[in-house]
Amino acid sequence: MDFKDYQGVWVFIEEKDGEIPSVSLELLGAGRKLADKRGVELAGILIGENIKPLAQTVFEYGADTVYVYDQPIFKHYRTESFMKALLDCSNKHKPEIILFGATSTGKDLASAVATDLPTGLTADTTELDVEEETGLLLASRPAFGGNIMATILCKKYRPQMATVRAKVMKALPPQPGRSGKIIEESISLQEEDIRTKVLEIVKETTKKVRIDEADIIVAGGKGLGSPEGFQLVHELANTLGGAVGASRDVVEAGWIEHPHQVGQTGVTVTPKIYIAIGISGAIQHIVGMKNSGLIIAINKDSEAPIFDACHYGIVGDAFEIVPILIKQFKKALNREEVSHVREV
Amino acid sequence: MLHIVACIKQVPDTKIIKMNPKTNTMDRRTAPAILNPYDAHAVEEAVRIRDKYGGTVSVVTMGPPPAVKAIKKCIEIGADEGYLITDRRFAGADTLATSYAVTKAIEKISKIKPVDLIICGKMTIDGDTGQVGPGIARRLDIPPLTSVNKVVEVNQEEGYAVVHRKLEDGYEVVQSSLPCLFSVEKTINEVPYSPFPNMLKAARYQPHIWSVDDLEDVDIMQLGLKGSPTIVSKVWAPPKPQGGEILEGSSQDQVEKLLAVLLEKKELFQAKEGV
Repeated sequence: MDFKDYQGVWVFIEEKDGEIPSVSLELLGAGRKLADKRGVELAGILIGENIKPLAQTVFEYGADTVYVYDQPIFKHYRTESFMKALLDCSNKHKPEIILFGATSTGKDLASAVATDLPTGLTADTTELDVEEETGLLLASRPAFGGNIMATILCKKYRPQMATVRAKVMKALPPQPGRSGKIIEESISLQEEDIRTKVLEIVKETTKKVRIDEADIIVAGGKGLGSPEGFQLVHELANTLGGAVGASRDVVEAGWIEHPHQVGQTGVTVTPKIYIAIGISGAIQHIVGMKNSGLIIAINKDSEAPIFDACHYGIVGDAFEIVPILIKQFKKALNREEVSHVREV
Repeated sequence: MLHIVACIKQVPDTKIIKMNPKTNTMDRRTAPAILNPYDAHAVEEAVRIRDKYGGTVSVVTMGPPPAVKAIKKCIEIGADEGYLITDRRFAGADTLATSYAVTKAIEKISKIKPVDLIICGKMTIDGDTGQVGPGIARRLDIPPLTSVNKVVEVNQEEGYAVVHRKLEDGYEVVQSSLPCLFSVEKTINEVPYSPFPNMLKAARYQPHIWSVDDLEDVDIMQLGLKGSPTIVSKVWAPPKPQGGEILEGSSQDQVEKLLAVLLEKKELFQAKEGV
């Protein structure tokens, strides 16, 4: 394998209801930095049916080149068909690095492609860098259940691959009208060559929990002691008009459902206010909320790592503090309302 | 009769494990070894499918000899047979080398009895990747179905299965030919307490134990550390953030200070009130 043949940084671009989800745009931002440092092109890979028009957006967010596989067989994401397209593209054009969102689709596709190439794949990366001289990708992620960070390298194989967490990297501001090179590709693949069929797609619109979209999150941890104690989190969230978040051990204990879990194996969130109650602050939790606007921690243990990650901390008993906070907050807000009415 | 293979792993309980602050390594003595919690759901689903359609559930794992304990746990859940592949030459494997070794074990198991379906947990709690399941499927050249949260039908006679795959905003109903591989979500089932006869059986059960030499057509270069394209170059504790301002005083004082901070962002709350 001659490494000189492998050049450029690629981002697999996802598509959802005719749009590019933010994770792919974030990856273009991260990929741009790597490509610039290395002095190479940034390319996006689009696979889908009637997907070519999205290339313009990919250029506006930083790509120099877009590879497009626009065929009816790619109407729905399926591992086998998408994998064949990506393998085709990689074998033909030989990138040095391919990035995927650490989404269900991105992880599914990356795992399959890495096995077939074969090459190394780093999962759920939260930091990316590249060695300017060698092109070696430095992919870092929380490891061992999120207790520490590890930097993973793939020295002997190309391309190097990583899946990257959503909401960790920053998208560039789009440059309207920015353009680049579109390279149209196709593969000969018949429906009967593919062993899976998507029979139906069911959208669940009923009260879906989307804590990643909330402005205010009140999150609770094992420090609350019991499912009953955890109710305190719901009460404060209700009062503040926020969503409820949770640490991993609380979710595993069954106090609340997984969509509420913040952190490495849950959701990455960036609310304007994040209040952590009874959460000790393991690294795997911190990586999921550290970019929040205002972080407040309430914990009995003054040594808890969460206090290193917060803007304001209260060392104390949540069962004493939070009820007072709820009462005072309601009072304060009512006062605000009254004054507001008077102004009118 | 179906033959279902569940792939499992014994892991340190990462919730309990303590780090050595000097070396930044895990002190494995501090953590009990358990069956990876996600894999318990994989085994449970295999058992349910077997109970519905008839057949056999085998579990397979790669790990050190004490991993027998994790296999026994699977027998408690209801698995029929267990296979442990254990050898120093497997050590240091990343996801690519792991999927290679486990595939070799499954190939051997399928010579004993052809395999119709493979089920994996979503991921392990120590590796946190979810990459081994799809890797095994690719190596066996069978369709991988990840994020499975419901098994609708497994039809051995006509050679297909129908499942729900979880999506970010719902799910998709997918049909696949058999054999295929599912990686299942935790939400797919609840693992009940094991019935007493299973526990008795597990206590007496001795799994099949194979070394590299017991497997066939193995390329040693693809095993363990040698067969792993990825290496951990550096393990580090992230730089400690500066830390915040600790609000001192009585509970009443603390709350008042906190309230002042929150009310600096009162536009957030008023927007809500306005709705």
